[in-house]
Amino acid sequence: MQQRTPIEEQIDLPFMESLRISFQSLKIRFGRSVITTAGITLGIAFLVSVWTSNEIGIALQESGRQSTINTFEETTEAGISTKDIWLIVMSLIVCVVGIANSMLMAVTERFREIGTMKCLGALDGFVVRLFLLESGFQGFSGALIGALIGTLGAVLLGLKDYGLDLFFYFPLLPAQPEDGPMQLGVIVVILLGCFLGMVLAVIGSSFPAWRAAKLPPAEAMRTEV
Amino acid sequence: MADIVVKTEDVVKEYRMGSNVLRALDGINIEIERGEYISLMGPSGSGKSTLFNMIGALDTPTEGKVYIDGQNMSQLSQRQIAAFRCHRVGYIFQSYNLLHVRSAHGNVTLPMIFAGIPEKRRNEKAEELLDMVGLGDRMYHLPDELSGGQRQRVAIARALANDPSIVLADEPTANLDTVIGREIIDLIKSLNEEQGVTIISATHDLKMLDVSDRIVDIRDGLVERVRNREEIEIEVGEVGGH
Repeated sequence: MQQRTPIEEQIDLPFMESLRISFQSLKIRFGRSVITTAGITLGIAFLVSVWTSNEIGIALQESGRQSTINTFEETTEAGISTKDIWLIVMSLIVCVVGIANSMLMAVTERFREIGTMKCLGALDGFVVRLFLLESGFQGFSGALIGALIGTLGAVLLGLKDYGLDLFFYFPLLPAQPEDGPMQLGVIVVILLGCFLGMVLAVIGSSFPAWRAAKLPPAEAMRTEV
Repeated sequence: MADIVVKTEDVVKEYRMGSNVLRALDGINIEIERGEYISLMGPSGSGKSTLFNMIGALDTPTEGKVYIDGQNMSQLSQRQIAAFRCHRVGYIFQSYNLLHVRSAHGNVTLPMIFAGIPEKRRNEKAEELLDMVGLGDRMYHLPDELSGGQRQRVAIARALANDPSIVLADEPTANLDTVIGREIIDLIKSLNEEQGVTIISATHDLKMLDVSDRIVDIRDGLVERVRNREEIEIEVGEVGGH
């Protein structure tokens, strides 16, 4: 009878190897990656533009400048109109749903790939790490571009409403006016937008990837999209 | 005493579909010897692919036990199962299951990456294997740039990457025409003869009959009969004679 060597334990891959595989995957799937990233970019651009417009509006009201179109609008005591709050909440929802959806689709269409990698000896943790790295990178770059586009949009709108005064009172940094609400400032809004985009992308992708990695490979490979 | 490499004991697999329970395997007992070429045959829906998945640790049985190399598969840890899939078996599928984002070479190196083989060694090995299956000149093509037969050759090279003792082939010729299918069968057979690899194949391709040492007929989730080589040769001869 031949030897019965006990089955050994699978080793962990070095981090650099995971990083290399995830970047390779993004690069070869470039077209698809761009579409997924564009979903993140759009969500964050919408959120950041609404938010930044709001910051600009408050800053210029504080300074006594009135927008030519907002003059007659009913404002709350804090200076933020209910319409603005409504818009920010709506854009946040659109952003969350949009990003979660695009990440979910991107992972679901790769169930077969996940099953195949497990057949070749991938550990569940490796599969999850791969998606974490890919989505983290996509999330950050998509959100950063989105935040910059959103800010640019808000600035252009602001220029139309307030003219060059905008630049004198531009709310770049956080500020706490004596009689007004706390202002986050545009930089903080951009950073928050990037953070949100990245977190949403990572959650939206690693949760389904984790579920797929837990499945027996036969089941993962059976999944049709 | 025969060296049993795979043994199943009363393997049952049930799939739950809503409130219905589908019994795909209804108590399968088979033993496969080292170095054998076994074909699991049966019509689609007979349970042969399900059995294939159980033997390859791609799915877990609802009841019963699968032993490979004397090890009860249900007692292995996640890490051991991953190592088992990585080192002990090679899989060949009907739909090739190549990663379409990696070149032929990249597909063959992947199991070696998981096995922790140094880059230089795995590149050499991938080149050797792709040369062996006749794809030496198309190594860096993506699967989408290869024909069906070529993709299956990549899959065979990939299955051999970590020198497995068992190769599992699920309908390896089903998507290929007769001539290419024959070439793939010959390639698999040569692994069996020259390298002593145990081949377990789920198939309903009659061309696989005359290369098999034994044929296990599966019907309605049960082993209907087991035929060995001599009986098969007679049947094939009769068919050929008419």
